[in-house]
Amino acid sequence: MVKKPEVAVLKSSGTNCDEETKIAFELAGGNAKIVHTQELYAKKKSLDSYHIVVFPGGFSYGDDIAAGKVWATEIKHFFIEKLEKFIKEGKLVLGICNGFQVLAKLGLLPALDCKMEQSVSLIFNDSARYEDRWVYLKKSSKKSIFVKDLDGLLYIPVAHAEGKFITKDDGTLAQLFENNQVVFQYVNKDGHLNGYPANPNGSIGNIAGICDRTGRILGMMPHPERAVLKTHYPNWRRNRIKERIMGVTIIKNALNYAKKTLL
Amino acid sequence: MYYRIEVSTKPSLKDSIGEDIKKDVQHLGIKGVKDVRFIRVFILKARKLKKGELSRIAKDILSDPVSDIYNFTGHIIHYNKTSTFVEIAYLPGVMDPVALTTLKLLKKIGIRTIEDIQTRNRYEITGNVNKRETEFIVKKLLMNSLIQLWSKEEKKVFKESKPLKMVKRKVDIIKKNDKELLEISKSGLLSLNLIEMKRIQDYFSRKEREPFDVELETIAQTWSEHCIHKTFKGIIEFNGEKIENLLKATIVKATETVNKDYCVSVFKDNAGIIRFNKDYNITFKVETHNHPSALEPYGGAGTGMGGVIRDTLGTGLGAKPIAGTDIFCFGPMEFPLKKLPSGVLHPKRIFKGVIAGVRDYGNRMGIPTVNGTIIFDKEYLYNPVVYCGSIGIIPAAFSFKAPHDGDMIVVCGGKTGKDGIHGVTFASQELDEKSEVSSSGAVQIGNPITEKKLLDALIEARDEKLYNAITDCGGGGLSSAVGEMGEELGVTLHLERVPLKYEGLRYDEIWISESQERMVISVPDKHMKRLKEIFNKHNVDFASIGKFEKTGKLRLYFKKEKVCELDMNFLHKKYPQSRKKAYWKRKLFAEPVLSEKIDLQNILLKLLSHPNIASKEVVIRQYDHEVQGMSALKPLVGKKNDGPSDGAVLCPFPDSKRGIVITCGINPYYGKIDPYWMAVSSIEEALRNGVCCGGNPENAAILDNFSWGDVSNPKILGELVRASYGCYNAAVALKVPFISGKDSLNNVFSLKGKKKSILSTLLISCISICDDVKKTPSSDFKEAGNLIYIVGKTKKEMGGSHYLKLFNRTGNSVPELDFKLSHQTLKKVYFAIKKGCVKTIHDCSEGGIGVAIAEMIIGGRLGAVIYLEKIIREGKLRDAELLFSESNSRFIVEIKKQKKNVFEKCIKGVPFAQIGKVEDSGKLMLYKNKTKVAVIEIKEMVRKWRQRIRW
Repeated sequence: MVKKPEVAVLKSSGTNCDEETKIAFELAGGNAKIVHTQELYAKKKSLDSYHIVVFPGGFSYGDDIAAGKVWATEIKHFFIEKLEKFIKEGKLVLGICNGFQVLAKLGLLPALDCKMEQSVSLIFNDSARYEDRWVYLKKSSKKSIFVKDLDGLLYIPVAHAEGKFITKDDGTLAQLFENNQVVFQYVNKDGHLNGYPANPNGSIGNIAGICDRTGRILGMMPHPERAVLKTHYPNWRRNRIKERIMGVTIIKNALNYAKKTLL
Repeated sequence: MYYRIEVSTKPSLKDSIGEDIKKDVQHLGIKGVKDVRFIRVFILKARKLKKGELSRIAKDILSDPVSDIYNFTGHIIHYNKTSTFVEIAYLPGVMDPVALTTLKLLKKIGIRTIEDIQTRNRYEITGNVNKRETEFIVKKLLMNSLIQLWSKEEKKVFKESKPLKMVKRKVDIIKKNDKELLEISKSGLLSLNLIEMKRIQDYFSRKEREPFDVELETIAQTWSEHCIHKTFKGIIEFNGEKIENLLKATIVKATETVNKDYCVSVFKDNAGIIRFNKDYNITFKVETHNHPSALEPYGGAGTGMGGVIRDTLGTGLGAKPIAGTDIFCFGPMEFPLKKLPSGVLHPKRIFKGVIAGVRDYGNRMGIPTVNGTIIFDKEYLYNPVVYCGSIGIIPAAFSFKAPHDGDMIVVCGGKTGKDGIHGVTFASQELDEKSEVSSSGAVQIGNPITEKKLLDALIEARDEKLYNAITDCGGGGLSSAVGEMGEELGVTLHLERVPLKYEGLRYDEIWISESQERMVISVPDKHMKRLKEIFNKHNVDFASIGKFEKTGKLRLYFKKEKVCELDMNFLHKKYPQSRKKAYWKRKLFAEPVLSEKIDLQNILLKLLSHPNIASKEVVIRQYDHEVQGMSALKPLVGKKNDGPSDGAVLCPFPDSKRGIVITCGINPYYGKIDPYWMAVSSIEEALRNGVCCGGNPENAAILDNFSWGDVSNPKILGELVRASYGCYNAAVALKVPFISGKDSLNNVFSLKGKKKSILSTLLISCISICDDVKKTPSSDFKEAGNLIYIVGKTKKEMGGSHYLKLFNRTGNSVPELDFKLSHQTLKKVYFAIKKGCVKTIHDCSEGGIGVAIAEMIIGGRLGAVIYLEKIIREGKLRDAELLFSESNSRFIVEIKKQKKNVFEKCIKGVPFAQIGKVEDSGKLMLYKNKTKVAVIEIKEMVRKWRQRIRW
């Protein structure tokens, strides 16, 4: 029997996209389990047997204080060494929506000089409200292993109130582009950078997702796990949905990489 | 010591929250404000903080190094000291989720010196604003005095009062006369009438003792309208005819008559249950939360959502909530502020608050809000109507429950506070530590994350079969939850074991508190250990507070003293039936005389921008309608994802094509003319919408939600009876069972001594099953060249229509229903969809054929040509009547030419006609006998339709 990559979908109080993320990884050919971080802190469970860790979407601790902040603070206190070890072993980390907020606030992304220090953030949308809408994403660099076989635009949904990407300063922004760490940018259906609603939250540089220096950690606001079945698409009755525009492609890339290099 | 930390967005960054407030300020007509900056305030109470601790908390925990600035030695000032600063704090006892989370986090990471935290919202307002305007902004926008105060006290954390001593109180009733009995009921806020008080007096006379206060409270809660639906189940004398039990005689009887085998549990549990497939069942419940939403829209609507989600979790052994619905009725958004009676919040504020409340609760719990509608009318100015629905999925084997003799009673989730105790009086002045006043129970703020944790933990415990029964704490709190669960056995409960939010609750307050996010489960002793592990993993508070025992009695203890002993039989079976009078006679409205020359184009555009018809996109997008990954038909569809759907389709299992269809029907304007036809039309509309989404009308179930006015008024009660009759006849004729329902009566506002009742409003929610989600159609036109059909006959039924509303008329010719034909039509249209020949279909309701076709054009960004003479009609109709009549049983369908024959064969036997074609013209062109009667540009339609409802 062919071995499948093992995926840990993490969960905290208020995480709410864990189940569909698990299903998405399973449909794409992985073995996924939901792991509560409380059990990791208490050392009742460990990440040792996993190849991919996903911080899924949701409202960890209700976005209290700021989105992702409380979960990030906990991890910083109870679990960061283990997580760093996991990353050093060449394994993969994906943060989606609230998960991206956690990775950014932890400083795991973008970790420009490979230093874990927060240099970007995700703040309130320009519209000041939660919005659920479908967006087009342009692949802006090939650095991330998650976008390897991707060409053309991705079409997947965002659903958040705090998704406006900002950087500490202009230098950080320039460096992100220079290092090819900007993985996804919001574009319109023709592939051009554009204002609202193509850029749904006012992100600087239209940035929707970034990776670390190794390309093995990806954080993105849009939800690939909600774009796995053709019937997930708002337009499946009108248009033929091609797999290459679907969120599942990102997940398959991760699993393929894990199969090739980690199994 | 009190320490103060302020955090705010860096001056170089846009402050979205501040800007949103500025926009609202301008909407209030105050133009002088230049900028608003939002500042978050944390007040920490600690004996003493170690050096560096305060700065560490401010820097690392409470602020973001990239986006924020902070200050722990003074105020953040974005502009200068002369700006206007206002600071809003919660009243003591009001849920402050951020403070709770922060406190827990600090403890968890080792900062244990902090005893308490309070958060506040501070605003720096610049520009030209005077004192009076500032006060106006604060009161109208920034705070609600029922839960918050405008604080000038900079440091204190507001606290609850000191603990109260246990006082066991007896109430003397045995020797009291009628007048005195009523006085006891009134002063105790028991809302019991004389007949009920006498029944209680008689009970205690036989027991030869006076009742404890908590016994009276328990009876009052159990016998309340909310819990037993006195009016609906009572005796009603209607137009001289005696109805023993209206609910049984109509709604319940309809379900019995249609006798569908897919009904698993109806009217018994917290939600109705129908079969989905051989392994799973579906639950559905819809609740109202009108009153709380009128007073505190955000908290009221949020806790409404939270409550109905708990109903789902409390159905069977616990269903998993997979979707929510929301249907609202508000006053007009443009209502002049100056004309607003005091004590009434402006409709725009209610609108924004209610939507934000539902949004935050649903989104945070990860439950998609998939279907709903909004009606705006001045009849809802005083009392908005807020319906929240919840759909759940449950393994078939877990659909029933019963506590076992000897099970522990476990309360879990949120802690208990003074929330919801007979709407405690509020203070309008500033409060301090000495104050004994807590927030009113009528207005609460929910904490969705507490409920989410509880949900996760309970589903895990359910799957391990750790408990035998579950129910939610809603109205009446523990008294209702435990009382109902233990009805067949008996209960022994120790009130001091209930986990409290703060000291100072009396035992009777613990018993009837309506604190949010609590559930009660019945747990065999042997499972307690495992249960504890699961609850600890999910950070869920719980306590074992007593036992279910086969005693037939409800026994309550407080610190070992018995404070209540009631017979379950008396409590649940012996309440006196209410007796009410009802009367109904059709009211005749002026029959409108309208000019022959109606500008069809103008009317259609006006209808498209009528707030009841216009796009609700600004609302829909704020709801996460896709979380859980089951969505197969979204609320917005079409080429640009902005056309309106008739409902929602969910596909709960990725390896099966079987789906759930959720729709609704509501039209209070028909009820003005005749509530009977309102009920009938609403049921057909809900089913029609279901069919449009590919749901099988023969595998459907419906729910009734009545929001009514003052039912002590026989005329208004008469409307209820009339509507119930309509429910019965339509459900039986269309062969669809009711599975659950709820009535919210007495939606009344006292204005200068005059009672203002809301428009009698019936919501019908519908759930149906579809075999193959891949065959479900949508409402947007797909392709030029396709044929446009109408199914159904158009009659001159303008009464209660939106067309007449444009002329401020009601009329009398309310849409009626040919029951037999309706049943046939629904079945045949569904059959055509099942055959795969229908990709596009939309129902005709508000705004008739005209609006339906316009919406289909908007969705597809195409065009259409329609030949009016081909529309099937009964009698002689003018063009405007043909286009805007709201007759039932009609659909507009788009068919590919190749499918023409198959479709016509499927639909044979009901009226249908080909009336036009889809074109790529960007226009709706209307012809009548080869003469062009109107051309409406799509751009205009989109503009009118999309730009009406703004945030």
